[in-house]
Amino acid sequence: MTATEKVLEGTGRWFDDRLHLAGATRKFLRKLYPDHWSFLLGEIALYSFVILLLTGTFLTFFFKPSMTDVVYHGSYSSLDGVHMSEAYASTLNISFDVRGGLLMRQIHHWAAILFVAAIMVHLLRIFFTAAFRKPRELNWLIGLTMWVLAFTEGLFGYSLPDDLLSGTGLRILEGVLLSIPIVGTYVTFFLFGGQFPGHDIIPRLYVIHILLIPALLLALISLHLFLMFYQKHTQMPGKGRTNTNVVGQQFLPYFAAKTGAWFLFIFGVTALLSTFAQVNPIWIYGPYNPSGISAGSQPDFYMGFLEGALRIWPSWHWNVGGYSFAFNVFLPAFLPLGIIITGLAVWPFAEQWITGDRREHHVNDRPRNAPTRTAIGMAGVTFYGILWLEGANDIVARFLNISLYLTTEIARYAIFIGPVVAYWVTKRICLGLQRKDVHLLEHGIETGIIRQLPNGEYIEETKPVPEDVRAKLVARPELPQLEAADTDGDEVPAPSARSGIGKLRVRLNRVLTESIPLPTGNGHGHGNGHGNGHGAEPAAVTTGESGDGQPPADADQDGTADPGQGTAD
Amino acid sequence: MSETEPGHPLPPGEAGEAQEHEQTRVPRRVIGTPPPAQARILLADPEANGEPPAPRELPAGPDNPATAKTAERIVAALFLLSMLASIGFIAAYVGLEVHSVDATLRSNLALGLSMSVAFLAVAAGVVIWVRNIMPDVEQAEERHTFASSPQDRAAFEKTFTEGSEASGFVKRPLLRRTLIAASVPLAVAPLVILRDLGPLPGTTLRHTVWRKGTRMVVYGPNTPLRAADFSTPGQMITVAPEGYTENQDVLAKAVVIIIKFAPDQLVPNRPGHPGTIMNWTVDNIVAYSKICTHVGCPVALYEQTTHHILCPCHQSTFDATNGAQVLFGPAPRPLPQLPIGTDSQGFLIATSDFHEPVGPAFWELG
Repeated sequence: MTATEKVLEGTGRWFDDRLHLAGATRKFLRKLYPDHWSFLLGEIALYSFVILLLTGTFLTFFFKPSMTDVVYHGSYSSLDGVHMSEAYASTLNISFDVRGGLLMRQIHHWAAILFVAAIMVHLLRIFFTAAFRKPRELNWLIGLTMWVLAFTEGLFGYSLPDDLLSGTGLRILEGVLLSIPIVGTYVTFFLFGGQFPGHDIIPRLYVIHILLIPALLLALISLHLFLMFYQKHTQMPGKGRTNTNVVGQQFLPYFAAKTGAWFLFIFGVTALLSTFAQVNPIWIYGPYNPSGISAGSQPDFYMGFLEGALRIWPSWHWNVGGYSFAFNVFLPAFLPLGIIITGLAVWPFAEQWITGDRREHHVNDRPRNAPTRTAIGMAGVTFYGILWLEGANDIVARFLNISLYLTTEIARYAIFIGPVVAYWVTKRICLGLQRKDVHLLEHGIETGIIRQLPNGEYIEETKPVPEDVRAKLVARPELPQLEAADTDGDEVPAPSARSGIGKLRVRLNRVLTESIPLPTGNGHGHGNGHGNGHGAEPAAVTTGESGDGQPPADADQDGTADPGQGTAD
Repeated sequence: MSETEPGHPLPPGEAGEAQEHEQTRVPRRVIGTPPPAQARILLADPEANGEPPAPRELPAGPDNPATAKTAERIVAALFLLSMLASIGFIAAYVGLEVHSVDATLRSNLALGLSMSVAFLAVAAGVVIWVRNIMPDVEQAEERHTFASSPQDRAAFEKTFTEGSEASGFVKRPLLRRTLIAASVPLAVAPLVILRDLGPLPGTTLRHTVWRKGTRMVVYGPNTPLRAADFSTPGQMITVAPEGYTENQDVLAKAVVIIIKFAPDQLVPNRPGHPGTIMNWTVDNIVAYSKICTHVGCPVALYEQTTHHILCPCHQSTFDATNGAQVLFGPAPRPLPQLPIGTDSQGFLIATSDFHEPVGPAFWELG
């Protein structure tokens, strides 16, 4: 036994005697972590949060969250002798008089952008692969909450330096709060400690930014990770992967090494960005004053969709009984965000109700295999994206050399048309991809070899799809058959499907479960690739049919029927 | 953890050892003697549903020793590179001063680059290590449904019922109701204590500091200006009330833009047709609030040829000749016009406060 091993064993024994560590953690070392590139997205969010905590702590040592008026006499000579708040002066000080200060500020800002971006992409991954299904609905809701917290945290953070750009952002925040019916004026006066801008907002945002929201985020992240750990990670469909197993690599050494490297990689990339890509140069913007602004003012990207909503909205303002309904501000500030958040929060439960599928799912869907869900997701992305682009419509107008007003007019139509088009196009693409998969399963892979048969006929040789690919292609969630409302006419509709709600559910079910059926005989076989020897059988439902909206609800769609059945359609 | 199912029968032969391991943790062998051969089985998963636990041994060596040898050298080189970069970071911190824009940028470049290399080299090294030196082993293990067994649920329910009955929470409504009665004001109190975060709005948002006789000064140089100073129609000038040019709370409402027009350019206000109130202008100079009626950004862009005032934030557009009526965008009402005149020395003054609130709409605006 080497000396190192002795020391390790001694240390381990010391802790184990006191904490029962070996017994409590031996399983953790062997825990399996499924692998897929998209599982790294959440880790980006986690690690940029760690970077934010580290760099943020450094910044608090030098930042003064005070709105006291000072006259600047620091190293940045262009602003020498200018009145500014102490917050702004100390940010200049961090940038130009603290070694590494500018680097830490820029890493902090880049990491914040990365944090919110990673959360959003991670959220989309979860949505499109249906990793939110039972038993993970709680983690889905926690994640959603963290998204809202993250961009609020970002908004409050970039408001702290009290520069012209962020001060304008706070002014907009004031306008938004004022627009809230009944309580808006009071909320504004309580937050700002009186009239805008007052002397309280920066210190208050500071304590929210460095204590309140980070503590909440930390608690939610811990819970999020604990649940992920406790419930085990989902896995992508593939050979040998089922809803009752987890296939992956052990924590020690694989996951530990990879995730550690990933953290360093993300830290390295944010450092690299902060070295070469300037972000938030507050010294160029100048200190805040309520009468100043520069053209092309843009918030950080994650506030862009709210900014776009404010730009796109018509000037709806009504005076009812002596009170203002400032719906030109109130609605854009809260409605699109409310639609997106509510929609996402409700979705797992809605899907559960519509499909009647209340089982646990641990194998993710391929997005194409849920055409309607994927299409709805893309409609949402388009809705968000149009608002986001409209938030930079002045830049877009200049870039495309078109009228500023035209961009807004276009966006006002696009916000309704765009999501519908995105829905339709995505659904077609998904169904097309499914047909491609079905074709592969039925006919195998084209080899390009043409053979002449003795009778003179030419055929192209195909080779069967390899087992691991086949396992991926046939992996579809088994959906339960819903009790139908309207049957062929011979049968009595199920009691649960007779009411209005029941009929609605059946209709939604038909839309949501629309899919190109797998070739008969493929079953599901839990993805193990066995029992799939009927690939050469002609398809029961020709693939061309389902394109015209043929509801597949009563076809051999969930694969529960035996191979000989379900061909009558 | 949920994966452990103590109640589950274990296969014969293992049960004894596993239970001993789980329950007693008493060492069975004398220190210094070699471990018994079945020691490994002690560590096996006891939850394996009655089947003998599958061996999950990782090979000690790499899949391809030759590749591993090369990879080892590359990884070591990367780790050394990271070490050098970290030393470089410290050197750059000690050696490079800041205190000017150029020096800061040099320092930022040196610190940032060395830091990036220090992180990325280790990251790359570890990835190569994992991929080429560690044996590539994928394993599988069982998942278990999360719902507890009916026995567990029943036991939980029994314990819960016993506990709640022993507490008397159900049986003694007086206790229950008074506890609820106690918690309601307790929950409201933390809200009440926030009351002093700010003053009540009152009519603060309805007024600015402009009074009859307040001089207008050009914002920035803070000099008063005469109507005669405008030689030609044209630019938009930002003005502030004299004496308040450094007061942000005042400026946030009171900042004003003035524009001089050529004669007959201004569209006068007449019944049924809102426009510029001519009595409030001096020599075709008109003054509007600079605070956008949408969400309060300063309306800082002015296009002389079209007389459009544009807010750069959300592009509300106002017609400067026509009482700042809204031409486009989300602003719901014109920029309020400030009544102006001249004092005895010919300087521009306000002749009263704004006649309506400036800035974004609020509930009590009406």
